[in-house]
Amino acid sequence: MPILGADMQAGTLVAWRKRPGDPVRRGEIVAEVETEKGLIEVEIFVTGVIERILVEPGQTVPVGTVLAMIREEGAPAAAAPPTVPPPAAAPGVAAPAPIALPTPARERLRISPAARALAARLGVDPTSLLGTGPDGAITLEDVEQAAARARPAVADRQAQLRQTIAAAMTRAKREIPHYYLATAIDMHAALTWLAAENARRPVPERLLCAALLLKAVALALRDVPELNAVWAGDRVVQSPAVHLGIAISLRDGGLVAPALHDADRQSLDELMRQLRDLVRRTRAGSLRSSELSDPTITVTNLGEQGVDTVFGIIYPPQVAIVGFGRVVERPWSVGGQIASRPVVTATLSADHRVTDGHRGGRFLATVERLLQEPARL
Amino acid sequence: MKTTYREALRTAHREALRRDPRVFLMGEDVGRYGGAFAVTHGLLEEFGPDRIRDTPLSESTFVGAGIGAAIGGLRPIVEVMTVNFSLLALDQIVNNAATLRHMSGGQLSVPLVVRMATGGGRQLAAQHSHSLEGWYAHIPGITVLAPATVDDAYGMLLGALQEPDPVFLFEHATLYPMEGERDEMAPPVDLRRAAIRRAGDAVTLVTYGGSLGKCLEAADGLATEGIEAEVIDLRALRPIDTDTILGSVARTHRAVVVDEGWRTGSLAAEISARIMEGGFYDLDAPVARVCSAEVPMPYAKHMEDAALPGAATIAAAVRGLIRRRG
Repeated sequence: MPILGADMQAGTLVAWRKRPGDPVRRGEIVAEVETEKGLIEVEIFVTGVIERILVEPGQTVPVGTVLAMIREEGAPAAAAPPTVPPPAAAPGVAAPAPIALPTPARERLRISPAARALAARLGVDPTSLLGTGPDGAITLEDVEQAAARARPAVADRQAQLRQTIAAAMTRAKREIPHYYLATAIDMHAALTWLAAENARRPVPERLLCAALLLKAVALALRDVPELNAVWAGDRVVQSPAVHLGIAISLRDGGLVAPALHDADRQSLDELMRQLRDLVRRTRAGSLRSSELSDPTITVTNLGEQGVDTVFGIIYPPQVAIVGFGRVVERPWSVGGQIASRPVVTATLSADHRVTDGHRGGRFLATVERLLQEPARL
Repeated sequence: MKTTYREALRTAHREALRRDPRVFLMGEDVGRYGGAFAVTHGLLEEFGPDRIRDTPLSESTFVGAGIGAAIGGLRPIVEVMTVNFSLLALDQIVNNAATLRHMSGGQLSVPLVVRMATGGGRQLAAQHSHSLEGWYAHIPGITVLAPATVDDAYGMLLGALQEPDPVFLFEHATLYPMEGERDEMAPPVDLRRAAIRRAGDAVTLVTYGGSLGKCLEAADGLATEGIEAEVIDLRALRPIDTDTILGSVARTHRAVVVDEGWRTGSLAAEISARIMEGGFYDLDAPVARVCSAEVPMPYAKHMEDAALPGAATIAAAVRGLIRRRG
């Protein structure tokens, strides 16, 4: 049973593609094995004949278990069945008995002597490494990198996260010509609707204002799809789906912006549920890789921190970031009269290579319009 | 001063002949013709026929005569035209020059210097172009040197004349016109230490003689790919300076041995074995060898080039040891 991942303990033999007596060639697939990673084909590394199958389909066995015996090309056949009498020795010269050497259960690890010594010194298990040297041999560099990966403690992870943010933000500010727009939005209608809606819901199902803002952004992107895109080095590629990257600050500092997938097609309840789930899992450190790579635009909300206006830095290769400040009561002209209204400042930082202020303004105007009809969100 | 490899050798001959009346030169065409590779041009006029002696075309005879003269107290320099021709003198070299100190219980000393051209690259075909110095490096009792620079061409000949036992100098035929700066204030050269001609951290190129320039060229090319090669010029092929090689491999963890001899049973094989014996746990990749194709040296230019190690094949061997991510 080959080891098909560092953490693999056992595998289930699903099917044999060869039967005893069948010739096999190096590189051929001889069996299929089920592991945690899925169905894996087992490749053979010698040329010879299948002599005996030791593990039957359906059996689960630990890694390293011999699945079958193969007689290597040119090797003498295994001892003949006892029913056949041994051939009479030729008179005079006694032929030396063929020496049956045990076949190693597994190929010897391909690792350079220097890498093996370093692995022993650093306490790295070389069998868990993938070699990148000549003929796939494990090299000094492979061991050094594995040791570095194994090392990071919390402080190092923090430092790494900080470095990642630094690299992305530096690149954004160096390469992306940002333009910035801000629109103050009257939230009276939205909050009135939200209060009425929440009044008739049990506490766990209540909605947050954030869900309305996210939905409005997602829907507005249908109207201005140029902002929902990635910059592919020399051209822009619009995304057919709206995956909002939600900027979530971490308790120990730093932030991550994982994707809330297909935000434009979710109900407010579903958005709320996913938002909670995303925040919880981000802070628990259990995000899926797709959630980190998929966002097509980022939304950052610093209202809870009492910030009035936030102009974000675009997260490459995205081409825009939307910001919301806190909802605050402000004097607002309503029908020629000054009234106190809850107001939020929505901002857009966008890549001028991809869009112009005209399109960006239209986007913010659409967000504003959508928030005036919250029941339709 | 600016000079050529050939002139550096000639200067060393001239200085030795002026300095020490025991020194004399003999060989085929060394006098009136000035040497097959023009190394000894002009020496006959300056030192006369007693000290610059043209010999019959009989390598066994004049090498044997050189051995006798050395035993008798002189300091002969014997020029053999090419290493291919020197095979006729192997009996004198192996059975006499290399053994007489041992056979005589230390009573006899053979302070003989034998010079010869070696190597291909000049379209001199299969009887004038082979690199057989590795065969000589097999013989205990002699010192085998391969000067690869003008300083060594000059310094090694003078140093060889100070040795109490036979010294063989292998001059790669392509080096004679090579220009270089010779340091006239340089101290006498050390005949037994290899020289690091270029520092690097990614791979050690071990070479000597005519292949040094090719290795340096390959190293310059590799540097543009971010691969810094250390280049070791062995200088002495017997004894081999194993410490310098192992010290370098301990830093670079990879080695390519470049030797113009045939691969099987080559100097490159010997050096590979020493690296394995003494540097096994420093190695991050198998030791690679770049040698000449195992054929008689072709005459046609393109085929001769294909048979010899070149900067491109050396660089390719290095890349084969360093497979990078992405």
